[in-house]
Amino acid sequence: MSDATQNPGQSAGNPIGRAGSLLTKNARTRRRNAAEKRFRLYGLTAIGIGLLMLIVLVTTIVGNGTGAFQQTFVTLKVDLLEAKLDKKGTRDIEAIKKVSTFGYAPLINGALQTYVTEHGIQTDLKPKAMGAILSKDTAAQLRDYVLENTDKIGQTLEFTFLANSRVDGYLKGRVTRDSIANDKNISAEQLDLVDAMIANGAIDKTFNLDFILGGDASDQRPEAAGIGVSMVGSMYMMLVVLALSLPIGVAASIYLEEFAPKNWLTDVIEVNISNLAAVPSIVFGILGLAVFINTMHLPMSAPLVGGMVLTLMTLPTIIISTRASLKAVPPSIRDAALGVGASKMQSVFHHVLPLAAPGILTGTIIGLAQALGETAPLLLIGMVGFVASNAPDSIVDGLMSPNSAMPAQIYEWAKRADPAFYERAWGGIIILLVFLVAMNTIAVILRRRFERRW
Amino acid sequence: MPLTWLILFLFALAALGFIAGRVRAVNSAGGDVRELHSLPNYYGWNVALTALVPALAVLVVWLFVQPLMIERSVSGMIPEELIPEGSQRSLVMSDVRRVAHGLDMAVRQGALSEDDASDIRAGFTDLRGRLADVGVALGSDVRPEVLSAAQRYRQLNATGTLWQSIIVAALALGGLTLAYTRTHKGFRARNVVERAILALLILAASIAVLTTLGIVLSMLFETRNFFGLHSWSDFFFGTTWAPNFRGDSELSILPLLWGTLYISFIALAVAVPVGLFAAIYLSEYASAALRSFAKPLLEILAGIPTIVYGMFALLTVGPMLVNFFGRGPDGVLGVDWMSGATSVLTAGVVMGIMLIPFVSSLSDDIINSVPQSLRDGSYGLGATQSETVRQVVLPAALPGIVGAVLLAASRAIGETMIVVMGAGAIAKFSLNPLESMTTITTRIVSQLTGDTDFASPETLVAFALGLTLFVLTLGLNILALYIVRKYREQYE
Repeated sequence: MSDATQNPGQSAGNPIGRAGSLLTKNARTRRRNAAEKRFRLYGLTAIGIGLLMLIVLVTTIVGNGTGAFQQTFVTLKVDLLEAKLDKKGTRDIEAIKKVSTFGYAPLINGALQTYVTEHGIQTDLKPKAMGAILSKDTAAQLRDYVLENTDKIGQTLEFTFLANSRVDGYLKGRVTRDSIANDKNISAEQLDLVDAMIANGAIDKTFNLDFILGGDASDQRPEAAGIGVSMVGSMYMMLVVLALSLPIGVAASIYLEEFAPKNWLTDVIEVNISNLAAVPSIVFGILGLAVFINTMHLPMSAPLVGGMVLTLMTLPTIIISTRASLKAVPPSIRDAALGVGASKMQSVFHHVLPLAAPGILTGTIIGLAQALGETAPLLLIGMVGFVASNAPDSIVDGLMSPNSAMPAQIYEWAKRADPAFYERAWGGIIILLVFLVAMNTIAVILRRRFERRW
Repeated sequence: MPLTWLILFLFALAALGFIAGRVRAVNSAGGDVRELHSLPNYYGWNVALTALVPALAVLVVWLFVQPLMIERSVSGMIPEELIPEGSQRSLVMSDVRRVAHGLDMAVRQGALSEDDASDIRAGFTDLRGRLADVGVALGSDVRPEVLSAAQRYRQLNATGTLWQSIIVAALALGGLTLAYTRTHKGFRARNVVERAILALLILAASIAVLTTLGIVLSMLFETRNFFGLHSWSDFFFGTTWAPNFRGDSELSILPLLWGTLYISFIALAVAVPVGLFAAIYLSEYASAALRSFAKPLLEILAGIPTIVYGMFALLTVGPMLVNFFGRGPDGVLGVDWMSGATSVLTAGVVMGIMLIPFVSSLSDDIINSVPQSLRDGSYGLGATQSETVRQVVLPAALPGIVGAVLLAASRAIGETMIVVMGAGAIAKFSLNPLESMTTITTRIVSQLTGDTDFASPETLVAFALGLTLFVLTLGLNILALYIVRKYREQYE
């Protein structure tokens, strides 16, 4: 670094290397100062890289994900022809049910046809090809509506349908005329039709509440997929985690911090807890699969099992933070309680625990946030790989019937290898991060507001 | 659902017991609370806990044991010749369970009467069709032995549940009466309650140990099964990972271990220099304002779920790298070295980003714990700040930093989502960081998701992999904690 022999001419006969005035910097000082500057620069660069990565990550997420909150809808006037839907005109629900979704498709295609002729749009497309700009689910959606409102048969009503994911992508700029050259799902003529319909106001992009509240859809219909049901699944899992890990974690910490004698057994427990905190999450998934599902025959994919696995994972976090906040309560409090005649148990439960509560709560929220974002163990207990499309009806159902969780749902979408689902996955990440940020903010506020300095 | 009702009954009984015990104690003292040995509430708690805790404990144990007992007894009913070639008793048992479940469903929906369900004969009625009507799909027609086993299963289950309710309720009532009759003004209720609470606290503390035991035992058990089906020498010393379902899988950990270590190495090569320099700057140079701004921001990186990093690897970093190193003349560098977005480099770089705050905050703590006197001494000798850091602070903090790096390495080895999404699925030995490779954790995920048959080596190998991973990360952690702890004591 500062090797004098590398600087001939100046060091000869003067090992310190200072030949002139202190006020002029000689070559060696300059080099040392340069090294100092470089070193600082490395440090700043490192911080810069870290912050840059954060910015890149956030902009990627926001840039790719905001699209999921908007969806393209097509507004059409559909003639609910009595001749097609209820030939006898009896409005008998059983008879109407006999008309399958195939019977409804022509109505929708006809509506498009009417629209095109009414607005004088030039197109060579067959009605069926026109129908392809709508979601594959449209006919079923219309059928459900008719079955519920049989009195509307024979009328012409305005409906808002989901557009196909390619059309949606076209409006969002994900699909372009160049990119569809080899796409058999949509053609340039269909995009011409879409352009004309946009000009006439029949196709529009609006806020999509169904993405936040709705359930997953099959991989043919990315436009209908939502994260709501898996959010409910995550919520049930967090309930299980909270109900199990908070009491167990607090009880364990109280024992270890306040009552445990110093012996080999408590040592074993302590070493155990600190090691459990560092066990890879996937190992907890293996444990869950082997013990909860294979041995105890609990249902696969159930939020109860997911919650139990995540509980085991969160326990060490909660125990460590609870012990820290119990330790922060000064011994004088305990002594005072004991001094006025409280038992050890009373001093802990009546005095120490309430004072440590804000810290415990903060640690619990942070542990829950960690559990909320965890994916790997959920893969092993089967919370991916099926379509979580219906929200559970009751609490028991919510705990025991198969569901997904937010991160598992995101992974599921990322696996489907369709840009439309990628957009959903990024959108899902935004929602997940909103939850995490909210939880962490609450934790920070709690800490700021209730933290006591003794 | 009788179980929910049973639990509700227990809690209602406990609440009742609390009030009754409290009232009785106060009455026995003639309404003068000072006459009591303990505070009135302790008498209430005593009755409530005596009623609740033993009953709940028995209930929990019962819930674990009953399925195992029934399984064993029913499994004996299935004759050996009924188990198809190449299949397992457990598969037939799962058929039995499914039929039993189907009969339950049918009875609940009113498609079958309770008598029909226990008397039905497979030959006479189309059971499969009737079960399909109530929403239970069966793979094949129900054989008579399976049906009778299923009926026996249902019968045992019903009896078991009945006795469970009777015994648990009786225990709760017994506990209530016992504690209630013992309640008297001289009774040392507080001591009893506090002892019970202490026992509960100890129980909670031992759950952590039970978890570890559960992890180790479940993996050891399945790993033993695996080594019964597959030679251990091939697992540890073979060179090929090629699972297939014809029964001649080559399942060797070495290529997976190579992929894991290679990716972890790249991750550390990214995270350690960046994290370490960031920590040095933050603790030695940065102003308070910069520190309070940059440190929490960097730590956000540690709070982002790994699934997000996985997406980032798969959809952003991977395609970007392909743009640089792939696509031939269309690419930025005009070379064609990389074919797909998944590669060692993709996963490694993203994992490195994830580990930056991990390394930086751990090293930050350690650098801060180097005593100021060492720095002052160095400045006094005329060293510049960077010379002090390099020649005094870092050597003093080195053991701690090594510990931090080891902890980061253990995180990298056990990381799952980033490699599942970013590293690929090809097990091979290669030095090329642009090729996709696979890791231990990705193989665990792929062997254990979907339909798992716990009798085939292809599934069981995941437990052997998991155990290896557990031992590896545990070893690294213990070593790191040992180094860090030893170092910390040096200056205290």
